[in-house]
Amino acid sequence: MTDLTLTPNIEGPDDFYAELLAAHEGLSFEESNAFNARLLLILANHIGDRAVLARALEAAHRPTPETNT
Amino acid sequence: MSKIFETPLYPYTRSADQDAATPVRHPVVVVGAGPVGLAAAMEMATQGIRVVVLDDNDRVSFGSRAICFAKRPLEILDRLGCGREMVEKGVSWNRGRVFFDEREVYNFDLLPEQGHQFPAFINLQQYYFEQFAVDRVRQMQAEGAPIELRGENKVDSVTDRGDHVALRVNTPEGPYELEADWLVACDGAGSPIRAMMGLDFVGRVFEDNFLIADVVMKADFPTERWFWFDPPFNRGQSALLHKQPDDVWRIDLQLGWDIDKEEEKKPENVVPRLQQMLGDDVEFELEWISIYTFQCRRMEKFRHNRVIFAGDAAHQVSPFGARGANSGLQDTDNLGWKLGLVIEGKAPAALLDSYDVERIHGADENILNSTRSTDFITPKSDMSRLLRDAVLDLSEHYEFARPLVNSGRLSVPCTYDGSPLNGPDGLVGPDRTRPGSPCPDAPVGNGYLLPRLGGRFTLMTIDAEAPATFEEAGLSVDHVALSADDDPTGALRERYLGDHGRAVYLIRPDQHVAARAETFEEDTFRAALRRAIGKE
Ligand SMILES: Cc1cc2nc3c(=O)[nH]c(=O)nc-3n(C[C@H](O)[C@H](O)[C@H](O)COP(=O)(O)OP(=O)(O)OC[C@H]3O[C@@H](n4cnc5c(N)ncnc54)[C@H](O)[C@@H]3O)c2cc1C
Repeated sequence: MTDLTLTPNIEGPDDFYAELLAAHEGLSFEESNAFNARLLLILANHIGDRAVLARALEAAHRPTPETNT
Repeated sequence: MSKIFETPLYPYTRSADQDAATPVRHPVVVVGAGPVGLAAAMEMATQGIRVVVLDDNDRVSFGSRAICFAKRPLEILDRLGCGREMVEKGVSWNRGRVFFDEREVYNFDLLPEQGHQFPAFINLQQYYFEQFAVDRVRQMQAEGAPIELRGENKVDSVTDRGDHVALRVNTPEGPYELEADWLVACDGAGSPIRAMMGLDFVGRVFEDNFLIADVVMKADFPTERWFWFDPPFNRGQSALLHKQPDDVWRIDLQLGWDIDKEEEKKPENVVPRLQQMLGDDVEFELEWISIYTFQCRRMEKFRHNRVIFAGDAAHQVSPFGARGANSGLQDTDNLGWKLGLVIEGKAPAALLDSYDVERIHGADENILNSTRSTDFITPKSDMSRLLRDAVLDLSEHYEFARPLVNSGRLSVPCTYDGSPLNGPDGLVGPDRTRPGSPCPDAPVGNGYLLPRLGGRFTLMTIDAEAPATFEEAGLSVDHVALSADDDPTGALRERYLGDHGRAVYLIRPDQHVAARAETFEEDTFRAALRRAIGKE
């Protein structure tokens, strides 16, 4: 079974983050949201493994602490 | 209370140049006695080259400025003779804590790499830094070094006369004229010389204000770096707490763009904010409060014939990542030996163009890093903020997000990849010591490698043969013969040999690798040396 990777796995994290911000440059907030949705679906397809995707959905839920409304 | 920043360290005295019938010519004049100008002067003096430093002031820098000095500059200062003093006075920290909203999301231990003489960095007030540098200049003078420090000497005009530079200098006793074969402009971010010469300084201004306060507090805070994103005491903004020697703490509070600076700076507005940050029962005293706007920019070219810009005069960065003074010291490290060889007639003046290539490469890397940190700390769109906050939320639970948190990346020296001075890489060796790289330190015998490399061209052999004396193009090259066994920790092997059993390195006076090979091939190394001094 493939596990969801939650340890650092991107080489050059600063470069990646800069590319991510650059990809949003010039987009309105709505366009940015739509961009994120497309990006998410592309990445999900790349992963493919439904078990991993299910774990990712869970993981993305967890960080929102109760104190944040 | 008389503090060092209130004491004249190089008070004005009349120089014989002021009474000369015709302007006196000096080989090198440095303008500015900030960290970079002082380092430039020491670089020249260690090579026995006469140097005059002019500064419009007569004491160390005023206010909240640099506090974080990284390993590479400390190594450079050690070569100049004042690195250890700074480390002794400075404070080191390894633990950083990141807060988001009301909670600590994670903390980290820097775990610096072992086998280096100097720590990854120290915190030290810039005024101490400058004081140690002036002390070292005084000591060098006492030992006969040809270095002169003229306080209250303000440069008023600069004229490029082709084969020299003419200066007009104002003093409390009126102006005088001076000439320089070479002028090194270390006159800071507002560089009057740059303006006098009508040169550009373009880049990006971050539309944000930061309140920088130094407070004296006896409280029992741990020696750690604390960084807050969106804390309750500074909503929507960031904050930083950092320790300095003498119970002084640096506090940065991001304020936003539309503020009334005079109002924000008033103690009655600052104190309650800090009290909220530090806790109600903590007693503190304000040393300085200033408000800064940050920018990232550089000159298009650093060398303009006989006027060469270094430090903040040439490039400016936001302080996240502490790259200002740190990179300025690498400028003079790079320039010093080149200018020395040109003055001695051992290298063509064109060698100085490689200063431009190499240090612009460095400046661009620093600007890139500072810009990214600033963009993370102060997101400039709603989506940037959303992504940033997502990274912070995730970082609390998942390790993968932590490398994406960027509250400043530690200043590391750049590798001069693609420099015209680089010779061949004849070793499939470690990547970190390829030509152009700054030599990483390593334990050697009872000491360390870098002090052995000194400040001259050196042929370093590890378990390899090379002639004891090696001369080329009028330069005699030192030979440092080492064995991998000199370092039982294995760091020397790992950093310089990799899978090889032996290696030969040609190392520049600024301790960057010029060329390397498995064995000493005479023609290759002769050519590499000529190339490293701009003769090929
Ligand atoms: C809040 C803050 C925090 C910082 N933190 C860090 C940090 O942690 N680490 C780091 O490395 N850097 C840091 N920096 C940057 C650092 O302070 C600068 O990079 C550094 O001071 C640059 O040194 P310099 O010698 O180039 O210029 P300066 O220190 O500005 O010195 C220029 C000198 O030139 C003199 N001068 C100017 N005009 C003339 C003239 N016409 N004639 C004669 N003399 C003249 C001035 O009097 C001055 O002494 C920080 C800066 C700020 C503002």
